[in-house]
Amino acid sequence: MAKDYRQYLRVAKLPHVWCPGCGHGIITHAIAGAMADLQLDPDELAVLGGIGCSGRASFLFETDAMHTTHGRAVAFATGLKLARPDLRVLLVMGDGDALGIGGNHFIHACRRNIDLTAVIYNNAIYGQTGGQLAPTTPTEKRSTTSPYGNIEHPFDTVRLAVAAGATYVARTTSFDFPEIVRFVRRGIAHKGFSVIEVLTQCPTYYGRLNDLRDPSQMLYEFKLQTIPLEEYNQMSPEERAGKIPIGEFLCEERTEFVESYYSLCQLSRSV
Amino acid sequence: MSKQEFVQGNEACARGALYAGCRFFAGYPITPSSEIMEYLAREMPKVGGVCVQLEDEIASISAVIGAAWGGVKAMTATSGPGFSLMQENIGYAAITETPCVIVDCQRWGPSTGQPTKAAQGDVMQARWGTHGDHPVIVLTASWVREVFEMTVHAFNLAEQYRVPVILLLDEVLAHLRENVTLPAAGELEIVERTEDTEEKMLNFGEGARLMVTGMAHDETGFPAQGEKAAQHLKRIVGKIEERAERLMRYQGFYLDDADYLIISYGITSRAVEAAVERLRAGGIPIGWLDLKILWPFPEKLIREISSQMKYILVPELNLGQLVREVERAAAGQAPIAHLGRVDGSLITPEEICKHVHVGALSGQTRGSAPTS
Repeated sequence: MAKDYRQYLRVAKLPHVWCPGCGHGIITHAIAGAMADLQLDPDELAVLGGIGCSGRASFLFETDAMHTTHGRAVAFATGLKLARPDLRVLLVMGDGDALGIGGNHFIHACRRNIDLTAVIYNNAIYGQTGGQLAPTTPTEKRSTTSPYGNIEHPFDTVRLAVAAGATYVARTTSFDFPEIVRFVRRGIAHKGFSVIEVLTQCPTYYGRLNDLRDPSQMLYEFKLQTIPLEEYNQMSPEERAGKIPIGEFLCEERTEFVESYYSLCQLSRSV
Repeated sequence: MSKQEFVQGNEACARGALYAGCRFFAGYPITPSSEIMEYLAREMPKVGGVCVQLEDEIASISAVIGAAWGGVKAMTATSGPGFSLMQENIGYAAITETPCVIVDCQRWGPSTGQPTKAAQGDVMQARWGTHGDHPVIVLTASWVREVFEMTVHAFNLAEQYRVPVILLLDEVLAHLRENVTLPAAGELEIVERTEDTEEKMLNFGEGARLMVTGMAHDETGFPAQGEKAAQHLKRIVGKIEERAERLMRYQGFYLDDADYLIISYGITSRAVEAAVERLRAGGIPIGWLDLKILWPFPEKLIREISSQMKYILVPELNLGQLVREVERAAAGQAPIAHLGRVDGSLITPEEICKHVHVGALSGQTRGSAPTS
């Protein structure tokens, strides 16, 4: 990773507001690293976030930045990108933000294949509001609103994004910093809707409520739980139980929305 | 070259938007506003602008705000149910001082109500629909040409003062076709987002590295609390309230010798116009105040004028919304009557004449006014 990543961060605003042991700083650092690797002009970047712990990342990028309303960052970004196709627009969203309240905008952005890069900070819980159930909380895990264990099934972000039509889809965890950098870099470079899900630890709520208080232990759990996609594909259903595949799930070319729109403008003048 | 043509209210709104320089529209289909998006879907690409149908009204207002920060004049159009969904982000536009235009073609409500029936039931929602104290400008129109003019005016005010501007139309005006001559190019003033606007704005992509947030913030755009938050709120609310008199837009008729007054707005003003002529022909000293801006409410004007009146009638297609503001402004100086109709039909000139006869001439006012 390029060393000049700090130019993409509002270093004067550090330290960040996240709890000790939180993984959000790792992801934010990695995004800045990907920007540095690609040597992007900060003035051609825009970073949009929603509400929740992840939304706080939008305050940390030394670019044009917008801290929008809960779940709506994708929709704000859709307007901005259509109005300013020359800008590279990144989304920093939480799991509740992107897949709970903002789920509708998320799937439609996937379907349109609009050229945005969405990094989903997935800590499987609502952290900022105090540890409530998320659409990504694993079954049987506890939150302050599922004190007897979650009876629901969590979203699989990757399968959702692929099914809805995103054209770059990857997953990794806060355990593997270089891999976050690589996937975000690939996502930014990809033309189309890119989804990078990063599983991250919330020791304050998820950990405390689920007997995993030590952040380093949570990170280690990610290492034990995750299996590289190529290896996962070779495993039997029994071996896959309790394991999470990580890697690049999809990288394909398909017509991009903003480009299609401006081609349509040309066409409309000749009709 | 302007020409006489047969134009629908919604089409006039869409054409007014293009005339004002609107180059971004996002919306979601809803009766009775859909023709605005349909017109722009056809015409916007030809001028290189964006018209997109999004997944819902929340996405539409969000995209409008995103586009506005991209430096583009942006608008959405909807009706009651969609307007309700947009409220949170109208507040976001207010606190972030984002210029944008929201058209609400009012229909009978609440909820799904009667999608094809006109109403004026969103007057208070337009002012207070989002949570917290906030600035907003609300305009209205009564005639198809006026829809065009007020759409242009809405963009001008949004750009000049960095505020969301809501244009309240209604089902009948939205679908009404009138024989009109729309303004020619250059006829109406257009405010552009330059250094000359009263509330200056920087856009994304200009190297300013802006921070935009819906949280209470200081002048740098970063979160603030306590006295700084109070200052922030007072400034954004104050910038519109302090300009209330300058923003005032109305037409007054027969006010010099009037003993009785009708205050109306929107579609209802068309019936009032006919009623006033009949009442005047019958020798009744009636005056008429036709409001074009509802918020900020022209409080001073109404306070002054009501001191000269023996009776004021406020007809509107709801159970009593703007009438309360009139009562507040008049502060007991004149008896005030309300004529509210909510059966989905418009108020007629006959009803208005009857109310003035019974109310003004027999002294019956609100609370004792006859029901139609």
